[in-house]
Amino acid sequence: MDQAALGEIRDLINRHKRWDLIFAAVGLLCLGIAALTFTALVIDMALDGAPRLSADFFTNFPSRRPAQAGILSAWVGSTLVMLVTAAAAIPVGVSAAVYLEEYAPKNLLTAIIEINITNLAGVPSIVYGLLALGLFVYAFGFGQSILSAGLTLGLLILPVVIVATREAIRSIPSAIREAAYAVGATKWGTTWDHVLPYSLPGIMTGVIIGMARAIGETAPIITIGALSFIAFLPPAPIQGEFPFLSFEWLMAPFTVMPIQMFNWTSRPEAAFHQNAAAAGLVLLLMTLSMNALAIYIRYQLRKRIKW
Amino acid sequence: MPPSSASYIEGLSAVAESVISDRLSRRKTRHLRERFIEFILFSAAAFSVFVTLGIVYVLVSESVVFFRQVSVWDFLTDTQWTPLFDDAHYGIMVLLSGTLVSSGVALAVAVPLGTIIAIYLSEFAPFSVREVAKPLLELLSGVPTVVYGYFALLFVTPLLQALIPGLPGFNLLSAGLVMGIMIIPYVASVSEDAMRAVPMSMREGSYAMGATRFQTATRVVTPAALSGITAAYILGISRAVGETMILAIAAGMQPNLTWNPTEPAATITSFIVQVALGDLPHGSIGYQTIFAAGLTLMLMTLAFNVLGHVLTRRFRQAY
Repeated sequence: MDQAALGEIRDLINRHKRWDLIFAAVGLLCLGIAALTFTALVIDMALDGAPRLSADFFTNFPSRRPAQAGILSAWVGSTLVMLVTAAAAIPVGVSAAVYLEEYAPKNLLTAIIEINITNLAGVPSIVYGLLALGLFVYAFGFGQSILSAGLTLGLLILPVVIVATREAIRSIPSAIREAAYAVGATKWGTTWDHVLPYSLPGIMTGVIIGMARAIGETAPIITIGALSFIAFLPPAPIQGEFPFLSFEWLMAPFTVMPIQMFNWTSRPEAAFHQNAAAAGLVLLLMTLSMNALAIYIRYQLRKRIKW
Repeated sequence: MPPSSASYIEGLSAVAESVISDRLSRRKTRHLRERFIEFILFSAAAFSVFVTLGIVYVLVSESVVFFRQVSVWDFLTDTQWTPLFDDAHYGIMVLLSGTLVSSGVALAVAVPLGTIIAIYLSEFAPFSVREVAKPLLELLSGVPTVVYGYFALLFVTPLLQALIPGLPGFNLLSAGLVMGIMIIPYVASVSEDAMRAVPMSMREGSYAMGATRFQTATRVVTPAALSGITAAYILGISRAVGETMILAIAAGMQPNLTWNPTEPAATITSFIVQVALGDLPHGSIGYQTIFAAGLTLMLMTLAFNVLGHVLTRRFRQAY
């Protein structure tokens, strides 16, 4: 081959290879835009909100005077709602996933359940709010209470918990189950003593991601009619006298962190926007640390377990 | 030798019998327990179907009452949305226009960025970049929407006002842009899964022919994963259509039949929030409108989701 032709081919290859570099740069740029937006969001929130973060902010009720307003009723409300959500979503979600992975026969009914769960995952959260408004608030008579809100969010994160649990269970090799059956264990014995404990980290990841999503959900809770100005706490769950435990708080009116933030954001005064930023910062720290925890658990899992 | 072997054997068989019957009864209770547990687990799985039925029941039953007073034709063709006024008009087009415009803006951001990020992560990125980028995208999707709403209203809007003079404080543009950023992780991760499902041998075949990375990515991998990528877009649309808080905060809540993203407008979702924030009596027509709006939303997202899943399934079957 003569030198000219060779040079031409080299040129051609180099020209095409240049596109590799250009695209890699564009790809990094796009990732950079996403990262930059995320950073801008966090920094903006931190700059606006950090001056308002003090012990008082956590121990004060909302107030008409922005400088004295706090998030006491909001974080207490969020915590209690999350308790109900976890109590509703974890047992139902994990049981459903165990059934689908370990028990379900391959038939039409199972297929319907599976398609249904995939579709539920795509239903907009505000539609869950409408479901709860029609069903929990009015038909069941739970009212605009912590119970209604917790159950609503429980339904909302159910698909997340189910999908994560199924994935965790599926990753356990069948040799583990066969070993248990070989020494005479029943199906449930195998599931309870082996399958569930080994898939626990995976299930935890799913539950944490689901809870992180639930704690930031605003639309469905607004839809069931939660109030945004609550200057009292629900009755304490633990009482001084017999029977010590009280479930009155389930029926109490409440507010949650994202609603408090929404309320402050939609006011015109800049001072309330600072409160909104501070509340947003707390909310962001909570959800991001939960997500980070989930990512960490998954990372550890991937590193440690080699079946 | 035992004193009487006959009675000894009799005694033994009595013991054996009791052991066997004991075993049998234990097996029976064990079996019953197993069936009982299976039934409980099945109920939990079947419960999810009841959630769907509940959603359909609530939306349809309230909407039926609504459509007894407002004809479907008016609902679809009226160009005014004033359900709470004395002169009430119920034209869903007004809310739909806000939903479509904001979703359009969001997709204009999320589709190109999401696709490029997916191609980059799947075909170009070194391992170390992937290890950082994937959790970052996950964190991005973990930000609560109310926080995005704050960011759109008080950070992005002032920024845009500097670029576009006369931009109102509430507008579909900034809400849509932020919504687009929010959807990037969904689009990117579903498209990337589709691309990674393309068998290595196809890439190797392409490299063997002398193609570069870029040529392989754009002319072999992307077409092979196209139905999966389309599914990612459709799931992104369904997210955008159902998004609520960003729009309720940053786009204003006044109904406005417009196709111009720089104007404020209400969407289906932000209308529901607006009504829920007020104090509407249960059973009033105003209360029923949010269910009719919700039904419209549900039908739209359902159509998109079904289409998306059909496409996802198709790309899984391809190899």
